[in-house]
This record gives sequence, C-alpha cells and structure tokens, in this order.
Amino acid sequence: MSCIFAKRISTIVLYYKIQPMSEQELENQFQERIDAEVKIEPREWMPDAYRKHLIRQISQHAHSEVVGMQPEGNWISRAPSIRAKMVLLAKIQDEAGHGLYLYSACETLGITREELIEQLHTGKAKYSSIFNYPTLNWADMGAVGWLVDGAAIVNQVSLQRTSYGPYSRGMVRICKEESFHQRQGYEIMATMAAGTPDQKAMAQDALNRLWWPSLMMFGPTDKDSPNTGNALKWKIKRESNDVLRQRFVDKTVQQAELIGLTIPDSDLKWNEETGHYDFGEINWEEFYNVIKGNGPANKQRIKHHKRAHDEGAWVRKAATAYANKQKEVLV
Amino acid sequence: MSVENTQGQLWEVFIQSKNNLPYKHVGSVHASDKEMAIQNARDLYTRRSEGRGIWVVPSNCIVASDPQDEEAMFDPSDDKIYRHATFYKMPEGSQNI
Repeated sequence: MSCIFAKRISTIVLYYKIQPMSEQELENQFQERIDAEVKIEPREWMPDAYRKHLIRQISQHAHSEVVGMQPEGNWISRAPSIRAKMVLLAKIQDEAGHGLYLYSACETLGITREELIEQLHTGKAKYSSIFNYPTLNWADMGAVGWLVDGAAIVNQVSLQRTSYGPYSRGMVRICKEESFHQRQGYEIMATMAAGTPDQKAMAQDALNRLWWPSLMMFGPTDKDSPNTGNALKWKIKRESNDVLRQRFVDKTVQQAELIGLTIPDSDLKWNEETGHYDFGEINWEEFYNVIKGNGPANKQRIKHHKRAHDEGAWVRKAATAYANKQKEVLV
Repeated sequence: MSVENTQGQLWEVFIQSKNNLPYKHVGSVHASDKEMAIQNARDLYTRRSEGRGIWVVPSNCIVASDPQDEEAMFDPSDDKIYRHATFYKMPEGSQNI
C-alpha cells in the first residue's frame, strides 16, 4: 500500500512541475514548513519578502562583524601585554571569520559579495550602531568584549534557531567561537576593577559610556519595531527585541556587582513579581541619530573600510589575472 | 545590479576532523585559484583544530538534487524496513547473530 502511496507522491510532484502552484499555494506550503520547524534551504521556493528580509538582516550582521574589527584594531599595538595582544588579535581574526561565514550565508540568497560591499559603502546597508562609538582607552576593550559581545551572544544564541538553514548553521558556528570573546572582555574589566583606584575608575567610565549603546544593540522596542512582524511569523527572528534586551540585562547585572562596578541606571531595580530587572528609558533619539549616520564615528568607519577596500584592489586584480592564466588547469 | 566580479569564484569547503572520519561540508570561501582556496579554507574553518584535512571544490562543479524532488527521491525507501537488520525475527536463544 505504501508503495502505491509513494508512487502517487511522485505523480503529484510531477504534476506540480507541469502545473506550477499559485503564489498563494506556494506561500501556504512555505508557511507550513516554517511552522513545522523545517529549515529553508537556498534552492527552495521562498516569498520574495522573506528573501529580502534575510538579505537585509544577514548583510547587516556580516557588516557589523567586519566594521566591528575597527574599534578593536586600534588597540592591537597598544595592548598592555603580549598576552593581551595575542588575545585581541585572535578575537579580531574571529570577527573577520564571522563576517565571512555570514557573507557566504547571505550570498546563497542570490546577492554577490561585490553588491554587498557596495551597499555598505553607499549606506544602503547598515551595521550595528554600537560600532559608531569610539574606543577611547584600554578599558573600552574590556567593556566591548563584555557588553557588546555579550549582547551579540544573547541575540545570536536565539538566532541559532532561525528558519533559514545557512544562517542557522552560521550562527551555531559563531556561538561556539564567541564565548571566549565575552570572557576575555569581562576578565579585562575584573582585572581593572580590582586594580588601582584610577584603573577602577577607567573601568567604571567604560561601563558608563557603553552600557546604554549596548542596550540599543537589540533595536527599537517591540512597539516601534518595523521589521518584527513577518520576521517572527517566518521565524527569521525567534524572540522579540525587548525579550532579548531583558535577558541581557538580567544576565549582566550580577556580573557588574561581583566586580564592584555600578550599572549607570538609577532606575535599575530587581522586580520580585516579574522575576526580571526593571530598567530605565533608553535614549531613542540618540539611537536613531546614530543610525542616520550622525554617531561619533560613522564617517570614519565607512571611510576606513573604503580605503582598505580600494587599497586592496591591486591584489584582487592580480589574483584574478593569475586565475585566468590558470584557467586550463582548473577543472 | 551588476558589479564586476573581483572576488574570485566560490568554493565549497569540506573538513575531515580526525583521521578515518568522513569529510564534512562546513561552508564556502571565495578564492581565485586552488592554492588560495585551500589557504582561505584553512584560515577560516580550522582556527581551533577543527580539521586534519581539507577538500575544496568549485561550487559550480557540485551537482545537487532538486529540493522539489525530495519526496519522490527519498520517500520510497522509508517503507523498505526489510533493508534493516531489525526487521528479521531470530529464533529464541540464538546467539552471536
């Protein structure tokens, strides 16, 4: 009996090939797969808006990894010890790797690397607003690892369950590698907080400056989030901005208290009823201003990326010429 | 939108994590030639001793089944349980089989 059933399925598949399904039928079938937690793979049918949303989100994520190397790169030659320097180099190399995993995932959706880079340079594609803040001193390396990577991990752990296969697999890989990033940052903060009063003050100052921008990394509140609706329905995002932000706050408060630092929020208070910390209002005006390109370092970040890209043009040209010469050798 | 391709071609990367284990697909890299592909794969996918061997294959050389054919291709084997050892009844008390 099941043999006949299998045959019937082949007939149905054949029929669909001859008689294409309507957009609506395809979309229903797509949603059924999403609801059943089936991962969507590159060559499968998907709604245009799903593809667009993914390209926007994954490219933004990739650009963030790559641009995120800049505020840290500044401190490689200024690291206080060989150990700190090795660790920072390894971390930055990871960020480059994470950018590449994500670009690859994004390219499976039918956009090229050149187009992605061009969108970054023209400002069509965004990257995380946090990287438009400058890193002023070594304590900022601690705060970036602890808070910025910490916030990124909360987001990325959730995204491991995203519905698009290549994105999900990239996230699994990134999460495996990322936990050292947060720990090395917290180690720097703990060391400075236990140092001289001046060192402790530096650590506190870094926390003061980077705390609120870290909370902004999760994006607008749910009621103002224009991209959340379909993203949750399609399971591109698995949890809302506010849920993820709350999780980050809940995790981080104890870590600050343990090393004797104070989170710069007078409204921060444990709420026995909800089992979460209540926290103060985020300065959304600042958030939107930075997104619009008016943050302290927006121009510098893009200018630097363009310069590095342009200065590497001859390498790409030479490699392409060499590849063309080798063509006959290549398969 | 068309921008000139200066990023090399796409290669799929397969890593053998230990001797005698199968090579497993881990992702892709851009490279303009074979050596660069191996080097990029090594830098990108084996930063934490994930591999003892790497294969790189130009992505356009891979022939893949069509996701639309998934049921037709693979469902027919679902009901052939007699292909598994557990299908067969062994006489009570039989040993070493």
